Amino acid sequence: MDRRQFLLALAATVPALTLGGKVFAAPANSPRFLLVFLRGGYDANNLLVPYASDFYYESRPTIALAKPTPGDPKSVRALDANWGLTPAVAQSMGPLWDKKQLAFIPFAGTDDLSRSHFETQDNIESGEAGDARSYASGFMGRLSGVLRGVPPIAFTDALPLSFRGTGDVPNISLKGGGKAVFDDRQSKILASMYEGTPLQAAATDGLQLRQQVAQDLQTEMVAASRGAVNARGFAQQGQRMATLMKDRFRLGFVDVGGWDTHVNQGGADGQLANNLDNLSQGLAAFANGLGDAEWNNTVVVVVSEFGRTFRENGNKGTDHGHGTTYWVLGGKVNGGRVLGSQVAVNAANLLQNRDYPVLNNYRDVLGGLMKRMYGLSDGDMGTVFPGAKPRDLQLV
Amino acid sequence: MRSFLTACLATLLCLPAAAMAADKPLTQEDAAWLDRVTFGVDSATVATYRDLGRRRFLQAQLHPHSDGLPQPIAAQIASFDVMKTPTDTLLAQIRDQYRDIKDMPDGDAKQEARKALQKQGNQYAQQAQAAELLRAVYDENQLREQMVWFWLNHFSVFQNKARVRWLVASYAQDTIRPHALGKFRDLVLATLKSPAMLEYLDNAQNARDKVNENYARELMELHTLGVNSGYTQGDVQNLARILTGVGVNFDGQPRKLRPEMRAYYVQEGVFEFNPNRHDFSDKVLLGKPIKGGGFDEVEKAVDLIVSQPACATFISTKLAKYFVSDTPPPSLITAMAKTFRRTDGDIAEVMDTMLTSKEFTASLGKHYKDPTQFLVSTMRLAYDGKPVENPRPLVNWINQLGQAPFGRITPDGWPTADSEWSSSGQVAKRFEIARAIGSGANHLFDLDEAGTRSVGGFPQLTTPTYYAAIEPSLGPKTRNALSQATSQQEWNTFLLSSPEFNYR
Repeated sequence: MDRRQFLLALAATVPALTLGGKVFAAPANSPRFLLVFLRGGYDANNLLVPYASDFYYESRPTIALAKPTPGDPKSVRALDANWGLTPAVAQSMGPLWDKKQLAFIPFAGTDDLSRSHFETQDNIESGEAGDARSYASGFMGRLSGVLRGVPPIAFTDALPLSFRGTGDVPNISLKGGGKAVFDDRQSKILASMYEGTPLQAAATDGLQLRQQVAQDLQTEMVAASRGAVNARGFAQQGQRMATLMKDRFRLGFVDVGGWDTHVNQGGADGQLANNLDNLSQGLAAFANGLGDAEWNNTVVVVVSEFGRTFRENGNKGTDHGHGTTYWVLGGKVNGGRVLGSQVAVNAANLLQNRDYPVLNNYRDVLGGLMKRMYGLSDGDMGTVFPGAKPRDLQLV
Repeated sequence: MRSFLTACLATLLCLPAAAMAADKPLTQEDAAWLDRVTFGVDSATVATYRDLGRRRFLQAQLHPHSDGLPQPIAAQIASFDVMKTPTDTLLAQIRDQYRDIKDMPDGDAKQEARKALQKQGNQYAQQAQAAELLRAVYDENQLREQMVWFWLNHFSVFQNKARVRWLVASYAQDTIRPHALGKFRDLVLATLKSPAMLEYLDNAQNARDKVNENYARELMELHTLGVNSGYTQGDVQNLARILTGVGVNFDGQPRKLRPEMRAYYVQEGVFEFNPNRHDFSDKVLLGKPIKGGGFDEVEKAVDLIVSQPACATFISTKLAKYFVSDTPPPSLITAMAKTFRRTDGDIAEVMDTMLTSKEFTASLGKHYKDPTQFLVSTMRLAYDGKPVENPRPLVNWINQLGQAPFGRITPDGWPTADSEWSSSGQVAKRFEIARAIGSGANHLFDLDEAGTRSVGGFPQLTTPTYYAAIEPSLGPKTRNALSQATSQQEWNTFLLSSPEFNYR
């Protein structure tokens, strides 16, 4: 089957969505981008472990992860001479690292020093510069606005701030399942009541998307009964996101909660490890669901509002910190590297004697990545991240 | 379709002539006002409003004297296991079960026992959710119930953390409800002493030399002052030190205290202030010295925090955003904050200022209902006070709509801005819930667990209340949609999905 035949066959089986009057079927070659937001400020120091730092082991008497030790499945996997990876994600993410499709950027984050989850999340999602934030729009929304043929979608219950501000972005939570409730006639009547109101597009898009996803889930269930992997939690969502982003959507957002580990966060096992395991399985399921060819045209970035205190607190947990570690994954990512500006991990280099400083501002890093992916002009760049200085880390 | 129209007409004609005259439509402003001050109109509310007039209706709502629950609903809530058991007894049972499980040898039996305990906790949390939804639908003190929702959300706790699931019923009933229209300071102190909050935000773990600053931070950022109101990281750390020792005693055992410490020990039910865990050194908070000295410090700190002008403004703004608009006029905030300071944070007075303002009247009909407001108003209109037999569908629906009580994982509570609840995914979900209620395809009136005996049917929405308070507001597009309905069930679904019904 040549490419043209393939596309024709695809067109026959996958009807394009026409949400809000726009056709939601992406040109086959536009790059995909998925932003994964870890809400709650995940403890990056127990994902990307600075195992060469004695200070790390002094600071975390009960929750530190063991230095790389052959035969010890609870020790970290060495990525280079300084950094190691928690065993919680080694199985699902190790192969990507080996294929150089996964990179980490420590000391990443924002200039917001409030250490408030809510303010910092909003500020990151807004993507605006320090003193001029309006929260009327988010950087993913503005990116969507400057791109053509890159249909956006949020895999969330509500539309995240990231995607606000530029046109209508459909959203759907993939946590549940189910059948479509309304037939075409009812859908049309329901939508007709909202004609001319601010919710016109939301009503139309929502009804259509739910019909579409209901069909996809039927297909998924049939596939599952033929022996497909029985995924759970975020892993299942990863599979479903791949189904939707493969053919129809190119710009995605999803968030994962439960990272605010003030008490008993655990080490190689425990609540943080479980969360990281679930997350990484979802990411792996997303990559697998796309298949090699489409994965080559896809970049996933995992961010969080901040990192946590470098030292563990009195309750074997960690409190709100500042700098964190971002993940960048994709078939064409120049991975297998720990990237960006770095400093030695010791007491003197902590910010306010507490946490990682931010040396890699998210606006500059994501801006540089997007510029490379989509060939954005300086003008477009200024729209997406006003006032940022895009930094090219040669991620793709 | 013709037969359906005929049926509608028959409903109208069947109304006694006298009732028609008495039930002439409310003015649109009256209807919209009632729809905002309550969770939504039902016939009893409309009748009381006609009887009392706006001013007296409001005073009755601001100063409720007793429980306003109809007897069958009160009995239903009282029959829940979680309500029948006093919190102390409940926690003692759980403590014993935890201990027994700990002593069991590792294996399947231990796993099963652990699962059974979690399951019981989840059931108790679901009962607490059901109780809140039933009160919102049926309690005639509608404004207080909205305030209870508001404060439960403002002082949000998440049921799936640790032992919180066993504590949320009491949290709503004993911590929030008695203070919902009282003094703000008392409300803050009540939440500060509540085991649910202490467990959720980890202050039960906060001790001298083992400081955990989670609750201290959220107490200032989310509960009282607001982020960027002037407190510093140092204030957070000092407040955390002031709060050391503020915790719970789930053991039921008296603490061993040295004689000089005994006077400092405080216990109220499960709440305790344990001086052994307290940092007695002097502290500075918001620029003011707080002398080391037991639970006294905590009360002083709360007094200091709630008397900050930032607190009056922060709370007034949040109330106005929920009850008035996403962007409340600054003049209104100023007036409310002034009342807040003049009355030492008397919530009923602040509400009075807000609800009688011209800004409030001007905002009517323009706020998109959040899921709770949608669900509760739907139930009130559709069933008009008829007690449901089974509240479980209510809990399922509010979960599906994404705004379950005690279901917000983060302590900031559910957002209230219109845009947070009007995304495409949510609008479509709302239509589906409208259908579940409007078509009667639900289990609200099941008489048994299996759902084999049910006294349900679809509701008749074309009531006198509908004609008095809803019908006059419908625009041509909605009327046109309603005229295309092929059954009463579909007509109900369209009405409950309509823009007019979804704004208040």
